[in-house]
Amino acid sequence: MPKTYNDPDQMLKMSAHPEGLRPDQFRVVGRSVPHVDAVKLSLGKPAYTDDFTLPGMLHAKILHSPHAHARIKRIDVSRARALPGVHAVLTHHDIKPVRFTTAGQSHPLPSPLDSLVLDSKVRFVGDRVAAVAAATEEVAEHALALVEVEYEVLPTVLNPRDALKVGAPILHDETDCSGIQGSFIPQRNIAAHMEADAGDLAGGYSKAHRVIEGEYRVPQVQHVALEPHVCISYWDEDDRLVIRSATQVPFHVRRILAPVLGLPERRIRVIKPRLGGGFGGKQEILIEDLCAYLTMETGKPVRLEYSRDEEFMAARSRHPQILSFKTGVSREGTITAMTLKLLSSTGAYGSHALTVQANTGSKSLALYRCANLRFEMDVVYTNLPPAGAMRGYGGPQGLFALEVHMDEIARAVGLDPIEFRRRNWMKVGDTFALAEALGEGRKGFSNPLRSTGLAECVGRGAKLIGWERRRDPGWHVVPDRPYVRRGIGMAALIHGSGIPGIDMGGAYLKMNDDGSFNLTFGATDLGTGADTVLAQIAAEVLGCRVDDIQVYAADTDLTPFDKGAYASSTTFVSGGAVKKTAEKVAGMIKDVAGRMLDRDPAGLHLADGQVIAPDGTCTTLREVALESLHVRDQHQIQAAESHMSQMYAPPFAAQFAQVEVDTQTGEVRVDRLVFGIDCGQPINPAGVEGQVDGGLAMSLGYALCEEMLFDEHGSLLNGNLGDYHIFRGNEMPVIERFIVSARDPSGPFGAKAAAEIAVDGVAPAVVNAIYDATGACLHEIPATPERVWRALKERSA
Amino acid sequence: MEVPVTLNGSPKTLVVEPADTLFSVLRQLGLYGVKHGCEDGSCGTCAVILDGKVVNSCTLLAVQADGKRITTIEGLGTRERLHPLQAAFVEAGAVQCGYCTPARILAVKALLDENDHPTEADIRDAMSGVLCRCTGYVKPLEAAMRVVNGKGVPGNAQNV
Repeated sequence: MPKTYNDPDQMLKMSAHPEGLRPDQFRVVGRSVPHVDAVKLSLGKPAYTDDFTLPGMLHAKILHSPHAHARIKRIDVSRARALPGVHAVLTHHDIKPVRFTTAGQSHPLPSPLDSLVLDSKVRFVGDRVAAVAAATEEVAEHALALVEVEYEVLPTVLNPRDALKVGAPILHDETDCSGIQGSFIPQRNIAAHMEADAGDLAGGYSKAHRVIEGEYRVPQVQHVALEPHVCISYWDEDDRLVIRSATQVPFHVRRILAPVLGLPERRIRVIKPRLGGGFGGKQEILIEDLCAYLTMETGKPVRLEYSRDEEFMAARSRHPQILSFKTGVSREGTITAMTLKLLSSTGAYGSHALTVQANTGSKSLALYRCANLRFEMDVVYTNLPPAGAMRGYGGPQGLFALEVHMDEIARAVGLDPIEFRRRNWMKVGDTFALAEALGEGRKGFSNPLRSTGLAECVGRGAKLIGWERRRDPGWHVVPDRPYVRRGIGMAALIHGSGIPGIDMGGAYLKMNDDGSFNLTFGATDLGTGADTVLAQIAAEVLGCRVDDIQVYAADTDLTPFDKGAYASSTTFVSGGAVKKTAEKVAGMIKDVAGRMLDRDPAGLHLADGQVIAPDGTCTTLREVALESLHVRDQHQIQAAESHMSQMYAPPFAAQFAQVEVDTQTGEVRVDRLVFGIDCGQPINPAGVEGQVDGGLAMSLGYALCEEMLFDEHGSLLNGNLGDYHIFRGNEMPVIERFIVSARDPSGPFGAKAAAEIAVDGVAPAVVNAIYDATGACLHEIPATPERVWRALKERSA
Repeated sequence: MEVPVTLNGSPKTLVVEPADTLFSVLRQLGLYGVKHGCEDGSCGTCAVILDGKVVNSCTLLAVQADGKRITTIEGLGTRERLHPLQAAFVEAGAVQCGYCTPARILAVKALLDENDHPTEADIRDAMSGVLCRCTGYVKPLEAAMRVVNGKGVPGNAQNV
């Protein structure tokens, strides 16, 4: 491993401006330039995966299991195959049984290899049974109805506690599944188990004045990206398989699918067009395998798109969890020991099972300094739709439980919730005691914290929300509405900036005749503004406008590797690669310009599309490009670089919520959300605000109404957008947000992440506000009227 | 079946099957700004303007457009000459993943065609039929209000 990544000089270079400018002198970074793709998207240009067609393209459909657990005893597709217009029908008989994981992650894979393209056993209502490719969608649908299946229905297990009991139905009784030794125990329905300790736990509890315990529950919820999963695959003229897919992880798709399809990576090309949202749901090889198989079977282009019903029934979701915290606290209100025991259901397959839950630990146990920690987790198989990666990746679960728990401790020791948190939260120089233990299936990296703006986020947020009104009994009552109570709550938040020591991104930059640049990278903009942010970083270094940078991403043939869009890594990791690449190119430009101007290249600087010497002599980027490409010592000004960081540079945030609770009906209305985010140097402040706005809307659903509900057979009860409510524009509360810039020396221009932290805090802030309003403490979300009403009854009983 | 319509300002005869939705016919014509988000009219990403009203094209049969004026996002601006709403959405940072953007712009356009001076609440209601999971609802509202308050690109509107 190159030593330089831990080198403080290298790290400072990452945050520094190559021209030595201070942050207030940055020319492109820190400005809310319009997104590079906004014009084409506002015009409705064909940018997305499905805005594309090929001659003779077939349409694929999947037959889903009606049973939560069954073996396929017999499957007869003869009538389906005979239907005119049908080109292929696939069942498990037609598939080479190669176990893989649908989770798109780096090698070696931390998620268990427990999935087949098509299996002889189904494990949830919605699992795959067969697939059809036909001339039209209608014929494909018709063919599905002609597939005859005889099932041997098996006993099911829907509850994670039942799944661990002796004698429980075993989901993965096949002999060819595999996972990390000691963590993956399929014969006990355990997809991932982990225990980690730091310090002296018993000693820590013995020093405590009070030990507070609480159990918290969070639901299974859906991403609901407006663009469904969609994929088009075809053979190109070199008989290479092209997979055009709405994916966050094109390089992982290629690597993971190669053995499944029986093709070497070099014969697979994955293209990621524009994405219509993903939120982790597209960090998953959900349909590319089947689509590709159907192309291989028919030789024809095949299109496979999920319907919204299929999205709900057979995509991925956020892991539901039961979290038990036990915290020792001294008389002075400092935390002396902390234990988190976590039980999670991963559903039928263990996609992201280990890593999401480990991340719950590494977010919720890191926020408050404590040397004596214990973390235990079991992630178990149940006969429900699989969970997986979802924006926040274990953070929203852990931070809900932690931040409700913190309010309970503050009350127990008689401190204001903010004051209690302030005494304990992580400060510069602190390290997270479990950082090494909670790596992504391997040893993690432990580094001291170098930047935090949490105190400022909390301080300014408290002022904005009017925190002092919590002490005014009169304010909590609403005139003329005797049953309504008002309250204010908050939550402090931490997230990550990429996965230290694992995530890597590459970038390539070349200069064109007109002085413009092509910037290509493997990072995937799923709506986060990544293409814009990365173009801004390049433009800042090259002294040009964002318009002078043409971005292309991502394509496994044409762009460098990038792990993809997850773990809030793009700005921090891929941005680091772009910055290094642009700095190399800037050096080459200066070399050419120095010769043209007869000046020392080291004294030149790049600004306003020009290369300028200290005496004011200058030339343009266009002239430099023409000189280098056509006139003298001809060469292509170009560079490629990659970046990986072992540094710990978490963003911080403070979430505040003001609510009204109807004590007769239990209905909660959120009136205001205040959010302060420390993302280091914001590369594009409007982009950060947009990430916050979208995150808060999603998080408000998690707090109040979103929850996948199942009947006793494991069938989803609310699998449509009518019954599964996501917030509409005219239902949203007032949002006030602000940015705090505690720059981190390890991020490009001091940037940290911004994309995920906004989904972490609404639920605990709302639940804490409900307590402030009514004295009722919820330990479970969403805070539906029924749950709140029950909590109110319990309190008065 | 032949269905005569006015599509983005020009007369056009749609050749359709009786069961074809307006959504599928428009996409087959290459009007990819009409998006698929669900199949039951609940997400609004397939919205178009039909005789001045915003409708979900996925729950309309193409034959129901018989004789009517259809406006899709492709009928508003061009890259050189953005519609004021498109320009405002771009400038305000109201386009993130962009999947709901065409429908959201059309929803506001239909309102503005009827009402020059809508309130913020009117705009929120007009956009409420189009779900967003990415950008949130703050910046699209700001973008629309810029146009209402005359801060959008002036004199650039194209009525179709």
